[in-house]
Amino acid sequence: MTERTSGAAAVRMEKVGKWFGDFHALKGIDLEVANGERIVICGPSGSGKSTLIRTLNQLEPVQEGRIFVDGMELTGGDRNVDAIRREVGMVFQSFNLFPHMTVLENCMIAPRKVKKIDKAEAEKTARHFLERVRIPEQADKYPAQLSGGQQQRVAIARALCMNPKLMLFDEPTSALDPEMVKEVLDTMIDLAQEGMTMLCVTHEMSFARSVADRIIFMDRGEIVEVAPPDRFFDAPEHERTRNFLGQISH
Amino acid sequence: MIREFGTSDFLFILFAVRWTLLLSAIAFAGGAVGGLVIALARVSQNRIFSGLALGFIRVFQGTPLLMQLFLVFFGINIFGISVTPLLAAAIALTLHASAFLGEIWRGSIQAVPGGQHEASWALGLGYLDRMKSIILPQAARISVAPTVGFLVQLIKGTSLASIIGFVEMTRAGQIINNATFEPFTVFGLVAVFYFILCWPLSIAARQLERRFSRATAR
Ligand SMILES: Nc1ncnc2c1ncn2[C@@H]1O[C@H](COP(=O)(O)OP(=O)(O)OP(=O)(O)O)[C@@H](O)[C@H]1O
Ligand SMILES: [Mg+2]
Repeated sequence: MTERTSGAAAVRMEKVGKWFGDFHALKGIDLEVANGERIVICGPSGSGKSTLIRTLNQLEPVQEGRIFVDGMELTGGDRNVDAIRREVGMVFQSFNLFPHMTVLENCMIAPRKVKKIDKAEAEKTARHFLERVRIPEQADKYPAQLSGGQQQRVAIARALCMNPKLMLFDEPTSALDPEMVKEVLDTMIDLAQEGMTMLCVTHEMSFARSVADRIIFMDRGEIVEVAPPDRFFDAPEHERTRNFLGQISH
Repeated sequence: MIREFGTSDFLFILFAVRWTLLLSAIAFAGGAVGGLVIALARVSQNRIFSGLALGFIRVFQGTPLLMQLFLVFFGINIFGISVTPLLAAAIALTLHASAFLGEIWRGSIQAVPGGQHEASWALGLGYLDRMKSIILPQAARISVAPTVGFLVQLIKGTSLASIIGFVEMTRAGQIINNATFEPFTVFGLVAVFYFILCWPLSIAARQLERRFSRATAR
């Protein structure tokens, strides 16, 4: 049975530990994210940002601690994992669209196969979300015919078609040419304004400042500091955070 | 005793082409099913499945096809079950093709970028849907050329079934040669027939490869 506590946090991580072989990638992670909250995760390369958000849909299984998503325990068996995967959308740095399917098919496959929604209904949902990310006219093209920014917006629409409760973004603009970063960030801002719960790994500090409710700074597998943007940027508590902010502002 | 090579001899060899084709078709169809199972077992997380599949591939890739034919033909006969040469050849070639196609397709599946697995996992797709809708269609494109290439090898490989007495094209040639003693004509003709079967496939393989490399670079 999947037990669910009502009014549960969107995410709760308790003393989560993760190893890659001997390498300790996540150390004692405690984190609670409320529904509707927007979290930005930053930190130096290799600090475990990707690993952390990838544990939330079990792309990376953990060896220690407990993880709850929307009140269901991810670390509590395969059935929960499958249920949680359905509720968690993910956007990758490298888009990962399915190259042998059109944009529309990319957006329809999961609702059809996972939720068993009929074709017409799935197409309606897909077109709706393609409209929302402002590329309805690209529906019948193949991913390789689109620009990077368009592809990433399709990836966002594809995830949204499953009506996720939580969206994970892993450096969604890092692979984009500079002129396309804005269109993707704008899409993410729209989503944030509609109340989506979001965890974003990003180096876009202006996005973090304007959108995030809290910013998490990670270093060497640990959460070093968690603070609202104002305090995070203007009065960070920890030395390591200050060093990091010093480096990225130059 | 020895007669001239004539029209009836030509026709005898020509009609044996269908046995070569039949044997190739059975082995390829059986090998496609077996190869898919082997390939999926090879890439599965389950150590036992993947170990067994690896062992199967090693054994069949590491021993001559002729020994496999002998083992199946004489091996089964030892148990008092009589197998026809066709059945023995079909079984041995199917196992052989399963191993080779399994290995080709394992490589193709693993050539699909990891991000495709991750994205389909993140969307909630189950194992069968991930494989059927996302991974295998992309792996298939990658594997078309080597698969057709293997089919050419397989067609030529069926000639070994002549040794256990199955009258396909090569065996038909031997029979005619024993009667006419015109090896150059007879085996030249047999070789031409093999060439006519295999050459278009080689061309098709090259074209498909070009088409798919263009499609993925789209
Ligand atoms: N599959 C893996 N096997 C072994 N080590 C890994 C694996 N994935 C990540 N790591 C290691 O874990 C650490 C954290 O990686 P992670 O990708 O989470 O960092 P990150 O903070 O996202 O860095 P970046 O900003 O470069 O994306 C790194 O040292 C990395 O080398
Ligand atoms: Mg990363």
